[in-house]
Amino acid sequence: MTVRFVVNDDPVELTVPGARRLLDVLREELGLTGTKEGCGEGECGACTVLLDGEVVDACLVPISQVDGHTVQTVEGLAARRPSVDRPAAPDDLNQLQWAFLETGGAQCGICTPGMLMAGQAFLASGAPATDAAIREAIAGNLCRCTGYTKIIEAIALAATRRDQAESLGPTSDHAGRP
Amino acid sequence: MIEPPLVSPPTLADAYRLLAESVYRPIAGGTDVLVQLSGQLGPPPDRLLDLWRLDELRGIELDGDALVLGALTTYSGIRRSAVCRDLLPALVEAAATVGAAQIQNRATLGGNIANASPAGDMLPVLLATDATIVVGSIRGERSIPARSFWTGYRQTALRPDEIVIRIRIPLVADRQVRFRKIGTRRAQAISKVVVGLSWVAPTSGSPWRTVRLGLGSVAERPIRVTATEAFLEGRLPTPDTAAEAAQRVAAEIQPIDDVRSTADYRRAVTARVLHRLIREAGSW
Ligand SMILES: Cc1cc2nc3c(=O)[nH]c(=O)nc-3n(C[C@H](O)[C@H](O)[C@H](O)COP(=O)(O)OP(=O)(O)OC[C@H]3O[C@@H](n4cnc5c(N)ncnc54)[C@H](O)[C@@H]3O)c2cc1C
Ligand code: FES
Ligand code: FES
Repeated sequence: MTVRFVVNDDPVELTVPGARRLLDVLREELGLTGTKEGCGEGECGACTVLLDGEVVDACLVPISQVDGHTVQTVEGLAARRPSVDRPAAPDDLNQLQWAFLETGGAQCGICTPGMLMAGQAFLASGAPATDAAIREAIAGNLCRCTGYTKIIEAIALAATRRDQAESLGPTSDHAGRP
Repeated sequence: MIEPPLVSPPTLADAYRLLAESVYRPIAGGTDVLVQLSGQLGPPPDRLLDLWRLDELRGIELDGDALVLGALTTYSGIRRSAVCRDLLPALVEAAATVGAAQIQNRATLGGNIANASPAGDMLPVLLATDATIVVGSIRGERSIPARSFWTGYRQTALRPDEIVIRIRIPLVADRQVRFRKIGTRRAQAISKVVVGLSWVAPTSGSPWRTVRLGLGSVAERPIRVTATEAFLEGRLPTPDTAAEAAQRVAAEIQPIDDVRSTADYRRAVTARVLHRLIREAGSW
């Protein structure tokens, strides 16, 4: 079937089997390999992306259900991709990505894209960043390396900066994207 | 990954017509079906019928003295619904225990019902509230009481061309509804035992009437334990009632040992949970 949707602000149109997983379309058809496959059955959250702003496991969504909708992947978070010649600077990354770097929220990295998307949805919800609320927001994302503490710290740090930026007004936000 | 042919009808009438012509596996949120496409859980479906576009199957509304939920209502939809929070908080509590946010944003109440897992977390609540499952096909609609919907291990009263279209939960004055799920962790856990309990009592000192006790994960399908219900009928939530009811429910169920738990554990936990719910109701 022919599906049309928006990925990270870019409109796409594809003809693919309707039962193909969003995960496979992102990785194989669109080359967006930032989204990872851990378990392929909804348990680990490594494939978490935002569909119309809400977290979903891309391994459980058939592409037929994405037609007409909007997807955001980890590739859509940074303003500019770091490279070997030009390592990431604070302004290239969004606040949450930068907070992961500062706190050491990523180790092997396989869970990180999913954690970032879950964290991003949580920050966008505007919910107060209590420890319990952050834990619930990432309850569908497994990490075998960090023990979660630094991931939770990263989300809390980004939330603190979000709240400070809000109280200072819109122009003071140095990296409020997206 | 197996990719069976999929059709995505725009209207309910189109869906009924397709289902009348050939056998399709419906797909709602896909959180059970997509896992089956790996082919590791037995033969995958031959043909899929995507229900996601059918807005006729969405919405939560109050219809007279009943709460009516479209089959495509997601757990996030239930959690966000002010009507559900006000009128049936136990349903909201149950929805909050399913999977995690990624699952709750897609998985549907209709999918939980049709999937007919004995561990389906919403099903004991539907049993405890005398819910009716409304199903439809090209031949029209019919209503099936939750009590007779799950007929055996992963078997339902649905005919091959029928789909679940909505769920009707009567709202009863002075009714209390309680939900408890016992799993290994708070999120992403398939239950070891699920309990839905309801009773009618105008005050906390009134004897219990119309007692309903629905259980999940203790039999090959979600069940009501009618002997324990009959014992509780007309009683006050006293320590004696709780102790006796706990013993009776443990004797009434026949759970099994499986990968998630043992029969003994399930029996003991079901009894403890019931005891505790009665104790909380009696405030002692
Ligand atoms: C990681 C993970 C965690 C989970 N945790 C829980 C949990 O805690 N508790 C729990 O109860 N379940 C859990 N589940 C199972 C699943 O999410 C639920 O059963 C969910 O409600 C299924 O809804 P769905 O819309 O995704 O169903 P689908 O996968 O779309 O469909 C499920 C079945 O129902 C049929 N079906 C769907 N809608 C209809 C309809 N309207 N009419 C007729 N047939 C229909 C389909 O053909 C299929 O056989 C979990 C699943 C995953 C992957
Ligand atoms: S790969 Fe999708 S949840 Fe694990
Ligand atoms: S950093 Fe390795 S799994 Fe999370």
